[in-house]
Amino acid sequence: MPPTVVVRRYIKPALFVACLVPALLVTLKAFNIGGDLGANAVETVQDTMGQWGLRLLLVTLAITPLRDWFNAPWLVQLRRMLGLFAFFYVAMHFLNWLILDQGLYWSGIVADIAKRPFITIGFLALLMLIALAVTSTNGWMRRLGKRWKKLHRLIYAIVLLGVWHYWWQVKADIREPLLYLSIAVVLLGWRVWKARVKRPPVSVEA
Amino acid sequence: MLIRRKQPGDSAQILPSQITSESVYLNRRTLLQAALATGVAGIGAAWPQPAAAATTPLQFKRNAAYSTDEPQNTYEQITTYNNYYEFGTDKGEPAENSGAFKPAPWTVTVSGEAEVTGKFTFEDLLKPHALEERVYRLRCVEAWSMVIPWVGVPLAAVVKQFKPTSKAKYVAFKTVLRPAEMPGQRYNVLDWPYVEGLRMDEAMNPLALLAVGLYGKSLPNQNGAPLRLVTPWKYGFKGIKSIVEIRFSEKQPPTSWNISAPHEYGFYANVNPNVDHPRWSQARERHIGGGLFNSKVPTRMFNGYEKEVAGLYSGMDLAKNF
Repeated sequence: MPPTVVVRRYIKPALFVACLVPALLVTLKAFNIGGDLGANAVETVQDTMGQWGLRLLLVTLAITPLRDWFNAPWLVQLRRMLGLFAFFYVAMHFLNWLILDQGLYWSGIVADIAKRPFITIGFLALLMLIALAVTSTNGWMRRLGKRWKKLHRLIYAIVLLGVWHYWWQVKADIREPLLYLSIAVVLLGWRVWKARVKRPPVSVEA
Repeated sequence: MLIRRKQPGDSAQILPSQITSESVYLNRRTLLQAALATGVAGIGAAWPQPAAAATTPLQFKRNAAYSTDEPQNTYEQITTYNNYYEFGTDKGEPAENSGAFKPAPWTVTVSGEAEVTGKFTFEDLLKPHALEERVYRLRCVEAWSMVIPWVGVPLAAVVKQFKPTSKAKYVAFKTVLRPAEMPGQRYNVLDWPYVEGLRMDEAMNPLALLAVGLYGKSLPNQNGAPLRLVTPWKYGFKGIKSIVEIRFSEKQPPTSWNISAPHEYGFYANVNPNVDHPRWSQARERHIGGGLFNSKVPTRMFNGYEKEVAGLYSGMDLAKNF
């Protein structure tokens, strides 16, 4: 197990840079460096940001199980950064839709959020994610006390809404959303299983 | 051995295999660009992709009456951003995965309610017709659009040569089924082979085109080589590609996307900004190729071809017959 100082000085900065790579690559491609954004640049940005948002949400959700499976409590120190990067990518996904895709065409935006179920659930997930990002500071952890943990269990709902949001906008090829769903089910299922095992056994008569 | 020296302008001596294909030099450009870029950024994008099958130049005349003067999308955009699920469901996959597809020799089977039926080679099918170029708008059901210079023959002219009987109310089309050459067909994302159809009067409308080329050259595999349908007033998925069967029928033929999701994709699939897809709006569209600062523009009724085709649907409830 790496000492806290190593986590802080090396692992966390390295993770920070790693999490920035997808955004950096998209930015470079926007300037035609190392490729381009393809024929539909707005869609490329939209999909890249959304996918990395979802991937990082799953990685964040994987921290607790990984900690237990590999007996690596230090991993928990990475969770907040991962969660905030997930929020960053989801926010970019949303802003790209708002500004570059819709061109701040408000009547269309409001109608889409209200009328298109896949956009409605995506928006709902974003609102919850904002709440978690805002309360991710030490100050809010202190202020909320025990309620903080409860609030941050919202990530379970956010991940499921995120996968659903993805699934729902696919035309026919559901293989990729299915993969995300499978990972989410494993990560959430493990939690359910653990909670059941931990619960004090109900007395059973022989 | 007799060695013939090359003369200036002696283009006939250049074998097709000696010409650097566009995809290859575009790839080379990407490689060079990537080499200039430092860091890891270039590696993924610069990985050489299999070169697409060669296309050949065609003889044709521009049909100005049926061409829009809106700016055309580039050859690269039209050939790298495709929906052709037989080669994969990502937009880039048809260009990447269609290299092994063999569009020649090609045979089309004609059957059903017509006096002339049987098997026809691609060449026989087209011999009686002069090729023309038409610059059409293409509106995808996914709310994006392009402007494409097709080369082809009016579908009506081809239909007439088979002398459909009075029983022929519809014409149905089928795409080739070749899972060995079309990797997308190895997974049942749709019920293969792809099928499409038109009402007879739609097929006879002068706008309906059987395309064999693009930008003056034969169709690249990813765009539906060697023969595809283009109906510019309908969503792009009606434009069935790599056609091997034409069948005239009395009953409305099944169509692939309608089978896949009947509440989302109808038989008619006319471009209509007032009838939304259940999951997204059809009121606006993004024109491909405008870069990042290119928000959506309003979609036009029948994709702007109202004058030519609105009469086909007079008295029909287009919200029901979507």
